Amino acid sequence: MVQLMENLLYATFILYLLSSVTFVMGISGNKEKKDEARVRRWGNIGVGIAITGAVFQVLFIITRMLIGGHFPTSNMFEFTAFLCFTIVIGFIVIFFIYRSVVLGAFVMPLAVILLAYASVFPRDVQPLIPALQSHWLYIHVTTAALGQGAFAVGFAAGLMYLIGRVGKEKKGKTGFWNAFWLETTLVVVLMFVGFSLINFTFGALGYEAKFSHQVDGQPNVQEYQLPPIAGPHEGKVIHMDPFLGLTQPLFEAPAWMKGQQAAGKLNSVIWSVMTGLILYGLIRLIARKSLTDILYPLVKNLNPELLDEVSYRAIAIGFPIFTLGALIFAMIWAHEAWGRFWGWDPKETWAFITWLFYSAYLHLRLSRGWHGLKSAWLAVGGFVIIMINLIVINLVISGLHSYA
Amino acid sequence: MESIHSILIALVLKRGELQDMIENTKCECGHNNPVGTILCECCGKPLDEALINKETIEKEMRYEGKARRSQAFQSALFDRVWNFFSSVKVAIILIIITLIAAAVGTIFPQEKFISGDPATYYSEQYGIYGELFYKLGLSDMYSSWWFFLLLAMIGISLVVCSLDRVIPLYKALQNQQVIKSPDFISKQRISHREEIDAAEKEAKLNGLADSLAKKLYHVRRDGDAILAEKGRISRWGPYINHIGLIIFLFGVVLRYIPGWYLDEFIWIREGEIKKVPETEYYVKNERAFAELYDQKEIPKGLNVEGPVVKKYQTDAVLYEKDPKTGELKPVHKQSILVNHPLEYKGLSLFQSNFEPGQLDSITLKVTEKKTQKQAGTFTVKLYDLNPNQVYQVGGNLEVRVLEYYPDFALENNRPVTKSQEPNKPAFIFEVREKGESQGERSWVIAGQNLDSLTKENQYAIDLAGINVVNESGLMVRKDRSLPVIFFGGIISMIGLVMGFYWQHRRVWARWKDGMLYIGAHTNKNWFSLRRELQQAARRADIALTLVKD
Repeated sequence: MVQLMENLLYATFILYLLSSVTFVMGISGNKEKKDEARVRRWGNIGVGIAITGAVFQVLFIITRMLIGGHFPTSNMFEFTAFLCFTIVIGFIVIFFIYRSVVLGAFVMPLAVILLAYASVFPRDVQPLIPALQSHWLYIHVTTAALGQGAFAVGFAAGLMYLIGRVGKEKKGKTGFWNAFWLETTLVVVLMFVGFSLINFTFGALGYEAKFSHQVDGQPNVQEYQLPPIAGPHEGKVIHMDPFLGLTQPLFEAPAWMKGQQAAGKLNSVIWSVMTGLILYGLIRLIARKSLTDILYPLVKNLNPELLDEVSYRAIAIGFPIFTLGALIFAMIWAHEAWGRFWGWDPKETWAFITWLFYSAYLHLRLSRGWHGLKSAWLAVGGFVIIMINLIVINLVISGLHSYA
Repeated sequence: MESIHSILIALVLKRGELQDMIENTKCECGHNNPVGTILCECCGKPLDEALINKETIEKEMRYEGKARRSQAFQSALFDRVWNFFSSVKVAIILIIITLIAAAVGTIFPQEKFISGDPATYYSEQYGIYGELFYKLGLSDMYSSWWFFLLLAMIGISLVVCSLDRVIPLYKALQNQQVIKSPDFISKQRISHREEIDAAEKEAKLNGLADSLAKKLYHVRRDGDAILAEKGRISRWGPYINHIGLIIFLFGVVLRYIPGWYLDEFIWIREGEIKKVPETEYYVKNERAFAELYDQKEIPKGLNVEGPVVKKYQTDAVLYEKDPKTGELKPVHKQSILVNHPLEYKGLSLFQSNFEPGQLDSITLKVTEKKTQKQAGTFTVKLYDLNPNQVYQVGGNLEVRVLEYYPDFALENNRPVTKSQEPNKPAFIFEVREKGESQGERSWVIAGQNLDSLTKENQYAIDLAGINVVNESGLMVRKDRSLPVIFFGGIISMIGLVMGFYWQHRRVWARWKDGMLYIGAHTNKNWFSLRRELQQAARRADIALTLVKD
């Protein structure tokens, strides 16, 4: 059963990857001859594969439910994997409204990157702690994730709009800064790829290091799966596989970084940033172009107004769902579990911040007429907030929600 | 509430009266428009000089070019406050300030999530930034006056923005004329004109009306003009959502009414009956326990380190005190679990904390020192000890509690108790044989007899056993405004769905002097409207190209 579940996950991953490749193939290749029928055909194949992938992920979720006895949205791996699923669902919905093939070439790779990212976290099925034993676990989390999935599609379309605009007009001061921040955003996406790559590499090599140190006066042992560039504060090496002649961490994490896994997380961040930058360097060396310029040919023939609308539409579809899931259902559950419907727990606060941000976006767009460039940047900003809530709040700031 | 209502009525009345007094703006079509009107209420012709040369009137279409209160009155203080809060720009700035403030508050944990004295905690844990965080009042910011003020200002902005717009918008959409001026139609963001002979016009107009009707538009015809409309419900979405949010915020404010909101916490040991604070109820903890996942229940292939708690449970009985007899009468019995609170008449008790193995009572044995014969045992309840409590030990002895120090310490050689928690219980007992008038005194500290103090005593008291119980931490909540709050949430959701899953689309067509004018407007998703209009027009044999096929 567990083996079946693992295989379903791999199948999902491969199908999403295949779908991404199909979409990219469909729109690149033979740019001179505008063969729209061909693009449409590839698009249909791509979305077909994406749907198959989503079906496999549903099967994966069902198998996992049979094994664990509860809906799998209770830890970092499960939630992030589910977020990929909602992104794919959001994409499929938007695809059938606008028939935009290029959108698939951006959203599906995003789903692939996130699924790879999710898979780095412990994938074991865990029994539910009392606080999570409620039907609201899946009602609240799935609805919130569906909203976020739609926002992610809005982010991808916003990114495409930006690539199109920046690729076309780079001159002037604004052109430069737009290009700079867009490139930075794309490099951050590469760092996510880097995080997964480096973890799988060292995971395959079976790398291990162990440290003993103190957390609030209690002895603690921290295990590293990546070579320790940053070790725990005042930590002692229990065991460390040598890495490039390194037998000691290069430096220690600052003293205020407490928590049983804090230094290990800092170490992962350092590795992700490094790997992302190395990947970026390699791409620049080989292609001799910026990421924006590499991606520009994919979007250059698109109607920018269409992209702008797709980005907005995805967010508009997501907003009521997000409100329902992340605020209203969250309040109902919080009331049942903790006796207060709102408590300014960091996760709650960041859901509120996300909601405020998107409502500012909607007001700016609908009442103040912010379209195009500004709107696209806001779509990117909103997704950054979602990622902060997912990663920083879960892994760094602990609160009632840090089950992962 | 009554007064708010009357202010609202006064507002609307004041507007109407004033409008009559001030000179109206007359349009070419003969309609008298109120001051501040941008597009004629009747034919839609732009009234503002500056608009006549503009290519589109898209911005003005947002509220149908109607005069809004915020634009008509600007002098009195009330008007200025009204105008400030009626601005969407101000609303957005308020939202962004709140957003940033809320984010800053999560940098370090809030005071209620920390243990220890906040005054020293932040500087000790997080250094200079922590101290700054505390000094700036960010450590308890979500209950601070200024954060409340921010939320209140957003609330006011919600009310004012909505009223300023919804009334004119409602009037405009209720009184739409089918015949619009060609100027109005051709200045729409989507517009088209085409020369059509008088002989052909009827067929084209009919065809367009039919194909739009097929796309579920509600079509009205007036002479040579068509107005096709759908999804007007979408325009009310934002206002219904805002009403919901206002009800929600109102519900939150209701909590400040005494008796409407209760937030207390009690620790209660197994077997104990405690008063539920601020209520007439008493609660008894009959049994409290934690259950771990059985190894068998953890599925194969699961990699679990150490035991995992499956549930925390408190079997509780709720009593009500009879005001006359003072007797406790059980009214409700329930097992409290995490996610399953005890609910009785608006009072909720939540399983919130659990401490296993708390010392509850100790059993002491009395021995006759000479013969080493045990006389008997007695059990002292550490939390529920009456002064001068007498225990019958064996058949022949009476033990009386003279003094009890739950948390024993010596201060200046005098026995004192540091707290009421039995951390180090100490007793002075009097042991007396039945029939004797005088007994002997005996010291017991934390289960140890201090025989050396009382060497001449006949009896010794020693620890025979301790009894532990589990203790539950229960949250006591009452929130009478909850129905209001959730009602607001539901209204808000309805508004959001109406606003976002529908769109208000209108198509105007007019034939005048050999020319067919077509114009279209939507509140969002222009691309989709173009595609739809293009399909409809093609079916009516009008060559309209708005999007690439």
